This record gives sequence, structure tokens and C-alpha cells, in this order.
Amino acid sequence: MESILQIRHLTHTYSIGTPFERDAVRDVSFEVGRGEFLGIIGHTGSGKSTLIQHLNGLLRPTEGQVLLSGRDIWAEPKKIRDVRFRVGLVFQYPEYQLFEETVYKDIAFGPVNQGRQGAELDRCVRDAARLVGLREDQLDKSPFELSGGQKRRAALAGVLAMEPDVLILDEPTAGLDPVGRETLMENIRAYHREQGKTILLVSHSMDEIARNVDRILVMKSARILMDGTPPEVFSRSEELLSAGLDIPHAARIAIALRRRGLDIPPDVYTVDALEREILRLRKETVPC
Amino acid sequence: MLKDITLGQYFPGDTIAHRLDPRTKILLTTLYIVALFSANGFVSYAVMIACLILSVRLANVPPRAMVRGLRPVLFIIVFTAVLNLFFTPGGREFFRWGFLTVTETGIKTALFMVLRIMLLIMGTFLMTYTTSPISLTDALESLLNGLKRFRVPVHELSMMMSIALRFIPTLIEETDKIMSAQKARGADLEGGNLMQRAKAMIPILVPLFVSAFRRADELATAMECRCYHGGEGRTRLHVLRYQRRDYNALAIGGVICVCVFVLGRLGW
Ligand SMILES: Nc1ncnc2c1ncn2[C@@H]1O[C@H](COP(=O)(O)OP(=O)(O)OP(=O)(O)O)[C@@H](O)[C@H]1O
Ligand SMILES: [Mg+2]
Repeated sequence: MESILQIRHLTHTYSIGTPFERDAVRDVSFEVGRGEFLGIIGHTGSGKSTLIQHLNGLLRPTEGQVLLSGRDIWAEPKKIRDVRFRVGLVFQYPEYQLFEETVYKDIAFGPVNQGRQGAELDRCVRDAARLVGLREDQLDKSPFELSGGQKRRAALAGVLAMEPDVLILDEPTAGLDPVGRETLMENIRAYHREQGKTILLVSHSMDEIARNVDRILVMKSARILMDGTPPEVFSRSEELLSAGLDIPHAARIAIALRRRGLDIPPDVYTVDALEREILRLRKETVPC
Repeated sequence: MLKDITLGQYFPGDTIAHRLDPRTKILLTTLYIVALFSANGFVSYAVMIACLILSVRLANVPPRAMVRGLRPVLFIIVFTAVLNLFFTPGGREFFRWGFLTVTETGIKTALFMVLRIMLLIMGTFLMTYTTSPISLTDALESLLNGLKRFRVPVHELSMMMSIALRFIPTLIEETDKIMSAQKARGADLEGGNLMQRAKAMIPILVPLFVSAFRRADELATAMECRCYHGGEGRTRLHVLRYQRRDYNALAIGGVICVCVFVLGRLGW
């Protein structure tokens, strides 16, 4: 797969030269393929948010490089805005960034900064609203009249409307109720399916990651602990647990069953797979 | 980064200067300022400088940090120096160029004025270096307590001050976050003329105000839930009590202040 983002030996140190100096990201290298759905997971404070803010040039690496389509994004610091249009970043709790009179105008903020006008502008705003599941009549409301979940969608649409090649989401479902969570994730999945764009999803929820992504990066204390497909990562469930990370509920049950001597393969981490395994074991052990 | 701006720049420590009651430190600073304004000769200024150096040593504050505190007022210092140097008549004349003259009195006044400003700034800075903002507001409330009789809402004012101090870092952090979020949508915060720059502030100010109001609202509710109803009958967790060292410090400060006052009168 052709890689769209390459991160090389990235280190970021906050508050250099003060007693509070600390590395939030240390010597991190990885690549993201075009069209890939990559999940990033890690303990609180492991440096996830710091890492992703380098990918669109909001933070400048203390050391190392970020390459977008093979070019160092800081090669021409004046053009960093173009990088931000190509790599869309949705922050944690993005609803606090809404400011316009209407939802429509707020979604249009990014595209207008890109220089889009007229029919082209209208098209990308409406497309983005549709992708996140906002209704037409909600576009003329004030963003402050929307519910929490709808605000979140409006803010997400504000980034999607710029039609970035890479979409980065920092805990998009944090603080939503289970139904809101699931529908928002379904919107994101649909976006990935339809547009084939690259997505990076930062999340605390292993279940959410396990169900959606092609590949997982596990971060621990400013470094990458694991990098692999979900089966690869979850087959090291015990290691994840000892690193203080959550694992999918199904993987947890699988471990418990394995401890009791049942023969469950290490790559079982979804509810469906676990169900299959349990049914298989029942057939083998209890002839009915 | 915005976050690197610190307020009051408290240097945590455990020296005698840190352990003094914050009220003592406010009173001592006041005494210091009074003395500073009555000093007007080489001897009295020497005493003031000696006091400051001694206090800085006692507080274990790096001298570099003290000098750094002068940077924001550098312009005022230079301006005062130039003004006094060239425009004070009297005494022997060293130099004349058009309406600019440099006289003996001029040099002396300029020197003293600059010293006065520098000592004033460093003296008050030393207080904020060794006292956390929260204990400063506590001390102010306690010192101004007498004004309650004249219906000055002392408790409310100091509560407002503590809350404001508490939320400054939070708001700075929030501003940082909102700025990043809008930059991620291509907001251009640096370029453009004055009008464009002012307009570029809107996407930052609106969310900031919205969140500040939301926070204020939440805080008010939280305080009410914990039965806050103003200062009436409210007791404190940290009760301020003068210790022996406070009386000693105040006595020494008072004596020095009187001495400097007398020296100043004598023109030394
Ligand atoms: N602006 C900043 N200035 C100084 N230190 C910071 C700053 N932002 C983050 N840090 C520190 O860097 C470390 C990594 O923070 P980061 O926000 O990247 O973690 P995270 O993995 O996103 O955590 P969470 O899951 O809680 O969002 C933390 O220890 C944090 O205290
Ligand atoms: Mg984070």
C-alpha cells in the first residue's frame, strides 16, 4: 500500500528549558497507508493528542519529521495552511469551537478559508452535513440550540467540509450516550467506505477500536508499544493488560476461559468470534 | 505557547520568606514602599538596596529571576532616566545642546528615580515570588476586614479575586485549545492588516466567552450545592495566625523604615 503519511523519529518536548520539561512523544516512527483506517490507543497522558497535532502541523517536532505524500510538511513553513486543509483534525470535544450564527456558516468556515465559493462551497457544506447525519432544517439553526451530540456532528462536519485526504479524530465519541456513540461511529464508517479516505481514530475504548480499524497503534509513555492488525495486537492481550490498558470485553472473557483450561485461540477478540468458539467447544466436549 | 505565561510567578520554597504570614509580607512591602519614597540621599538608598539584597538572599530567589521581572518596565525606566537627565536644571552644568542640559542635580535625580522604580518593582516582585496568589488574597481579605463596618463587601471581593486567579490558567489553556482547533480549520491568525486580524479573533473569542459563562454557571451551581452563602459565619480551613517570627520581622521592618525616613529628612 502506498503510504500517505510517514512519521520519522518524531520527538516532542514540552516546556523546553524549564523545570517542567518533559517528552510527550519520544522517537516515534510509523507510516499510514492511503485509505487505511488506523486506530491509536493508549493510557491517559501517553502522548496521543500531542502526536496527532504534529500530523497537520499544529505542533512542530522538537526532533524528527512528518512527511505528507513524501514531502516534509515543514519544508515551507509559509504553506503549512495547505497541510491543514489536506489533513483534517477534529479535536477532543470539538463542539466548544462552534462560533457562527448558524450551523451552515460554521461548517462553511473551513471551506471559506480554503477559498471555496458559490455552488462549490454550498455542495461541500451540504455533503459534509449529510455525512454526519445533520438534517437540512438544522443547518439554519444557531449551533448553540443543538443538543450535545448534534453539536459534535456539526463540529465534525466543519472539518469534513474541507474534504481532507486524511481525517484525524481525537476521541470523537467521548461523552456521548451509547446510541449516539454507535450512530456517530456508523457515520464515520460510512464515510470511510464511501470516500475511501484515510482515517486515524484516537480512542480510549478498545471495543470501539476493535470493531472499526484495520490497524492499531498502541502508545505507552510517549512511545509506540505495539503496531499491528487487531488480531496481532489482541493476541498479546495479557501484555496490554499489564501495560494498564483496556482490552475488548470478549478478549477478557477469552483470557478467563483459557485460564480455566479451555482451548480458545489467541486471536479471538470480538463477541461474534467468541460466540463461535464457545459453541464449537460445546459441540466438542458435550455431545448432545 | 500561551501556557508559559505565569501569573505572579510564585517560586515554591521553604525559606523564612516563604514561611512568614502573607499579611506580614504585605505589611513589610508597604513599609518598604513608604521608606523608598522617603529616601533621598546616597545613604538612605544604600540602606534600601541592602535590605532588598538581604531579602532576596533569604528568600533564595535566583537573582536572574529578579532582574527578569524588570523587563516589562524597561521602557518606563529608560524614559524616566532620559527625562530626568536632560531636563532637570540646577547645580553645575556639564553639557548643553539646544534645550538639552545635563546638570549635577539632573544626574542625581535620574539615578535616584531609576533606583526607586527598580527597587519598587523588585520589592513587590519578591513578595509575589514568595507568596502564592491564593494566600495573598486571603491576607488581603484579613487585612481589609475592618472595612466591613463601612459596608465594603470585603469577603465577596476576595472570593472574586481567588476565583479569577484560579481560572486564569484554565482560560489560557482553553484559549490555546480553541486557537488550535480554529487553526486546524485554516484560520489565519497571524497575517493581514489590523481589520483582518480583529476579524480573525471572532472565532476564538466567541467560543471562549461561551465557555467562560458556562464555567461560571457551573461553578455557581457547585458552590450553592455546597451551601455557600457568602462570608457570613464562614470559617476557614487555613486560619492565618501571626507567629513570633512575624512580630520580629515587622519590628525590624518598622525600625528600618523609621531610620530611612529620618535619613531622608536629613538629606542623606
Ligand atoms: N500544552 C502542554 N504543555 C505542557 N505539557 C503538555 C501539554 N499538553 C500535554 N502535555 C503533557 O504531555 C503529555 C501527553 O499529553 P497528551 O495530551 O498528548 O496525552 P493523551 O495521550 O492525549 O491523553 P488523553 O488520553 O488524556 O487525552 C501529558 O503528560 C501532558 O501532561
Ligand atoms: Mg488526548
